[in-house]
Amino acid sequence: MSTSALAAPIVAPLRNRQQWVERFAGMGFAFPAFMLLLVIDIVPLLVLLYLSFTNYELGALDTRFVGLDNFRKAVGDAVFRRSLGNTFVYVAIVLPLAVGLGLLIAVLLHSRKRTRSFYEVIYFLPVTSTLIAMATVWQFLLHPSLGPINGVLKALGFHEVAFLSEPSLVLPTLAAIGIWHLVGFNMVLFLAGLSAIPRDLYEAAEIDGCRSGIDRFMTITWPLLGPTTMFVIVTTSITAFKVFDTVAVMTRGGPMGSSEVLLYAIYLEGYQYFHMGYAAALTLVFLVFVLLFSIVQTFALDRRVHY
Amino acid sequence: MASVELKAVGKSFGDVHVLSGIDLDIADGEFLTLVGASGCGKSTLLRIIAGLEVQSTGNVLIGGAPVDHLRPHERRVAMVFQSYALYPHMKVFGNIALPLVMSRLNVFERLPLIRMLSPRRHRVMPEIAREVRAVAEQLQIEALLERRPSQLSGGQRQRVALGRAMVRSPAAFLMDEPLSNLDAKLRVHMRSELADLHARLGATFIYVTHDQVEAMTMSSRVAMMDNGVILQLGRPGELYSRPATVKVAQFIGTPTINLLPARVGAGHVVELFGTALPVRVKHAVGSALTLGLRPEAVTAAPVALAARDHQHALVGRLHRSENLGAEHILHVDLAEPASGTLTCKVASEPEAFVDGNRRLALTFSPAACHIFDSDGRRIGDADVQSAAESSVPAPARVAVQ
Amino acid sequence: MATPLALPVPTREPRAVTPLSVLARRIASLLLVHAVLIAGAVVILLPFVWMVITSIKSPPEIFAVDFSLWPKHFSGAENYGHALAKVPLVRFALNGIIVCLGILVVQVLVAVPCAYALAKLRFPGRNALFTLVLLGLCIPIQVPALPLYMGLAKVGMLNTYFAIMMPFFLSVFAIFLFRQFFKGYPDEIIQAARLDGMSEFEIVWRIVVPSAWPAIAAFAVFSFVAHWNDLYWPLIVISDTNLATPPLGMMFFADAESGSNYGALTAAATMLTAPLVLAFLFARRRFIDGITMTGIK
Repeated sequence: MSTSALAAPIVAPLRNRQQWVERFAGMGFAFPAFMLLLVIDIVPLLVLLYLSFTNYELGALDTRFVGLDNFRKAVGDAVFRRSLGNTFVYVAIVLPLAVGLGLLIAVLLHSRKRTRSFYEVIYFLPVTSTLIAMATVWQFLLHPSLGPINGVLKALGFHEVAFLSEPSLVLPTLAAIGIWHLVGFNMVLFLAGLSAIPRDLYEAAEIDGCRSGIDRFMTITWPLLGPTTMFVIVTTSITAFKVFDTVAVMTRGGPMGSSEVLLYAIYLEGYQYFHMGYAAALTLVFLVFVLLFSIVQTFALDRRVHY
Repeated sequence: MASVELKAVGKSFGDVHVLSGIDLDIADGEFLTLVGASGCGKSTLLRIIAGLEVQSTGNVLIGGAPVDHLRPHERRVAMVFQSYALYPHMKVFGNIALPLVMSRLNVFERLPLIRMLSPRRHRVMPEIAREVRAVAEQLQIEALLERRPSQLSGGQRQRVALGRAMVRSPAAFLMDEPLSNLDAKLRVHMRSELADLHARLGATFIYVTHDQVEAMTMSSRVAMMDNGVILQLGRPGELYSRPATVKVAQFIGTPTINLLPARVGAGHVVELFGTALPVRVKHAVGSALTLGLRPEAVTAAPVALAARDHQHALVGRLHRSENLGAEHILHVDLAEPASGTLTCKVASEPEAFVDGNRRLALTFSPAACHIFDSDGRRIGDADVQSAAESSVPAPARVAVQ
Repeated sequence: MATPLALPVPTREPRAVTPLSVLARRIASLLLVHAVLIAGAVVILLPFVWMVITSIKSPPEIFAVDFSLWPKHFSGAENYGHALAKVPLVRFALNGIIVCLGILVVQVLVAVPCAYALAKLRFPGRNALFTLVLLGLCIPIQVPALPLYMGLAKVGMLNTYFAIMMPFFLSVFAIFLFRQFFKGYPDEIIQAARLDGMSEFEIVWRIVVPSAWPAIAAFAVFSFVAHWNDLYWPLIVISDTNLATPPLGMMFFADAESGSNYGALTAAATMLTAPLVLAFLFARRRFIDGITMTGIK
């Protein structure tokens, strides 16, 4: 028997066998992930959708299908409307400052050589620290009579400020802590974006007459950082939109609901009052906003293609 | 347009001397090439002229005036980068216009939105557009003005980079390996285009390259650099025909020059492999020399015909030959008493002169030898005497066997 | 040829290479930059510094009107002792480690083969699955939390480690990240391994995974930091102090102290923050790269 006669018939089935192995292995490898996806995301999402149309309460004997009542109730619910408004105010404060300061620090740090990693570590520290623990410390720092911040204010001749119990101040104060927590993360993202800009471009710009740092920033840095900036804006929006920890520990929505935020409202309705149906409806509202941000991000990422 | 002068320019990073004592006068309208292997300091020198880097010592003068205190854009030089450094987010028009926009409009006239309010901008911008178009026309890239750099081919990007340099009519064009990112064919084409451009603009070009062919073909003068110093400055022909050092000789010319060990024999005659050549030097008897012999200065012949008047011959065995079409490169292992290999460039097939044992004779004229002392410096022609002119009897032929 | 050059005329013959004015301007801008950076750094560090200092101060000093940076009486032992006696802080940290490790191991075990399949194998449903993964990226834990909570309550598994870890066993983000990484892995090597008779299972774990180590390390950092610091989900499913993760434990402790014993509170905060902060300081490049890599997607 010649070798060619032996080899010829084997080639074709081998191709098929390889295909078969790939199919089998592929489905096998994906199966655990798919099952978990089903159990953790898909089924709960469907259940959530169903719940949002019922008046289900944990432990209640009688559950009815109420159609859109939960959503109607939400529209008229002062607590929900306030928490949604507060959340947006919070995002509106955190977003520009966390992004702007992150960019500023990144630009200043990018040209530092020896001191860069020193500052980088400091600014990144809050990102790795446990926000709950640090929130407790902030609470103390901001304490009207015991906190050092008020101590400094008083020493400078100002009145003491009740940062966390003055309704008009509580959201900006929480936002400041949010910025403190986020700015290092944004800085690192911007630094990564900055290091992707070729040095040649800055030199060319310098020769072409970009005199000052501001000229170079406007001509090179800002336009080329566009995609990074867009990404940072979206992630910061989503993170800020999900504010919960500081509220839960420091204010519990107070004083007088002035720091109630969306996730905290959902938490109270779902896990404290056990209004599952209503909480499900609110969760869906929350999801819609998060998806909106994500869609913006998808479009923003498409812009990358231009460069 | 202006002349560029460097006076004792040096640059060091800590203890590392990247450049030392560079003196260079570049005349107005000259095409000067800085050539050398990577790391020789040529790019650093160019960047010092541009003002992108600050020299540690010395001065840079442009048009006779010192510019050490001036920022890059104030020096009125244009630079073409190896990567072209085109602004990826701007169209070709914007790229070429940028130097003019930066120099003719103030901060407010450049700010987005606010710039709409400036009446001066409306007057200046059409002017700029006209100049950009004129430059684009010269480079034949008018059709590309509305494209982004990412949509251009390598050669087109190269032209845009040139346009951005030309538009400001600079005192000098600084080019940092501008052709190295192009494919071989386009590189040859752009070479002649750059030479044309230089002739047309009549501007001062300072050109950095590691490619000796680019240096030889385009420049009015070449400065060969190594280890932070200029080894030799001269017309391309001079570097080829009278290399100042072994390094220059090795760098210029393909295939690389043959270097053979020699020494000063009795009567100050140069001895190669124990045989005296009809050349005398003033160096001490017994000192070592290096003899450089260009492959194109060597002729191959059958062993039997080797000995001819005023020719010197080495016998060897053909190791390998490369057919380049018009010519053949022969690699010959030299036979006793000589040793080593010799490369030679001949016009005909090697079969014409090898014998059954692949042996052949290589002959050369003593006048074609470059003689270097033990430090690798060329022994000046004044110190070399043809032995024939003196009374020393003609030495024996080198031919062996 | 005359030089019709409009070069700015130097005001004086520059002898020095960098004239004083240039040098002065450079120093001034350097000072400004560092002033801004240091001011920011002070604000960033303030809570950390104050936390550590307060944790070793005695109550009278904490409540004193005049502020001192360094304590006159060292009361660290009392504060830390009190915190440790009042709540099982070590237990919290241990819980944190158990939970984070458990989550991480399952995440990697599940995500790696799936990511490999999505990147390198052709099988029916691949595109649909990948679409689901992309959609999953947009769903935060707070969304499926309610049904998951109800489900866990129904089977009586609230207040277990399993309950804390379960929703995070699947990280669509890990699948996405690893898929991107595996995509770049050369097909030739995988084909060579097949020719050498390796099964797909071996290819994943013996060939592909070792080269994906940077991605796995980056994800590990990201996952660990995220779940060590997570409050929302543990707060929902855990009411037993012994099972509390660090943030939840901190919250329990703060509630128990009703926010007055700041020495002990900051001592607890220091102890619960320390593990991650120390890990960060030791492997700061890994942390920063890891979180950047996962942040950029």
